[in-house]
Amino acid sequence: MQDRPTARELLGAVREFLEADVVPEFDGVKRFHARVAANVLAIVEREIAGEEQSLLAEWERLARLLGVAGAAPARLEALRTAVRGLTETLVGRIREGEADREPFGRVVREHVRETVREKLRVANPRYLGG
Amino acid sequence: MSGSATAGPNTSITLTDLDAALAAYLAGQLGAAASVTGLRRLPGGASRETWLFTLATPDGAAERLVLRRDPPGHVIETSRRHEFLLLQAAAAAGVPVPRVRWCEDDPAALGAPFFVMDYVEGETLARRLLRDAEYAPARAALPEQLATALARVHAIDLGVPALAFLARLPDETSPAAVELARYESLFRALAPEPHPAFELALRWLAARLPATDRRTLVHGDYRVGNVIFGPEGLRAVIDWEMVHVGDPMEDLGWLCVRAWRFGADANPVGGLADRARFFAAYERAGGRRVDPAAVGWWEVFGNLKWGIICIMQMQTFLAGVKSVELASLGRRTAETELELLDLTEGA
Repeated sequence: MQDRPTARELLGAVREFLEADVVPEFDGVKRFHARVAANVLAIVEREIAGEEQSLLAEWERLARLLGVAGAAPARLEALRTAVRGLTETLVGRIREGEADREPFGRVVREHVRETVREKLRVANPRYLGG
Repeated sequence: MSGSATAGPNTSITLTDLDAALAAYLAGQLGAAASVTGLRRLPGGASRETWLFTLATPDGAAERLVLRRDPPGHVIETSRRHEFLLLQAAAAAGVPVPRVRWCEDDPAALGAPFFVMDYVEGETLARRLLRDAEYAPARAALPEQLATALARVHAIDLGVPALAFLARLPDETSPAAVELARYESLFRALAPEPHPAFELALRWLAARLPATDRRTLVHGDYRVGNVIFGPEGLRAVIDWEMVHVGDPMEDLGWLCVRAWRFGADANPVGGLADRARFFAAYERAGGRRVDPAAVGWWEVFGNLKWGIICIMQMQTFLAGVKSVELASLGRRTAETELELLDLTEGA
């Protein structure tokens, strides 16, 4: 267990430094890149805050969709690998044409939409319109 | 496209050498002494270089010019000679473009093939166009001007010998199928993660290829961001790198891709106009009859293509080009995925 500040708090400190002290010092391309850098840190802050919970929800949706029994892996790295593996299975079934037919197509699109929204809640929440 | 404001590591000729070599070349062309000052590389362009400089001659004349050069030592698909010929053809068709001046294929002159064109003063940043009060007149004028210029692009005569280098599609081949296959293979080769949203879009697109016998020159990257504008409106259409022969509806669809609206979603055409107004202006200017369903297909395809380009840019970062901008583009892929779901749901 590391001492405070947490990883998130440290990232926030660097991001605030970039926004308040670095961005105003530059013009043009460098200013733009400093803004992008601050935005990238904000993405990482949001990602580490909710990654485990959102991966777990994604695993459960995929398991339901693909008829996979059992429990989600307990460790984060194994959970990431499992979600990726199930998503590859889903992609295979889409490419076979299974999602062209209902009702499977509808539940696939619902799952994909929720997964994309989850990515955007991390990458660019403003894109979701608030 | 991202790039560096300084010459990259692949530049085998130093800035001073380039200065002197360019002055010597231009003196030879002009048959008079020529001096080159203020040479600097403009940001952007990983696959080609753009340099700005001032040419002065003994009669006291000075003009600002732009040098477009292949990066020395690079084997790339585009050709400066082709871009030069396209700019000439576009100018002849009445499209506002920078006037081209000299073109040199011999790499001995400046280390790589290049051409020189007039510098067009103005702005290219779409965000500035869509937000700054200064550009309100440009916002009003641009829909009509972009539609007219695009109609002229599509009227460029493909039969002239200068454009014989453009690959032609066999009559029975669908331009949509060709472009879809091109980007699907890029996606399969480059994407490190599975993308179910792209898989759904690929199937949607493959099932709805627009049937057409329209064949024109297609600009391939026609959008706000690739035009130079002033407060009054359009000054030049630039970036003729992705030109090909295909369905003219492709350019109209690409212009409607959500990323080029920069948040101004009420105006689907580049954040500037609604579709009906733009299509009507394009037809009035002599463009082909607009097939809204085909444009819709190309808009869906365009969002997919932009998503795949985001992955390509991110792969450039993963391959070792250290750019926070390229890195961040990987996380913009999800924006195109949501747009694809919205556009194809129930359609």
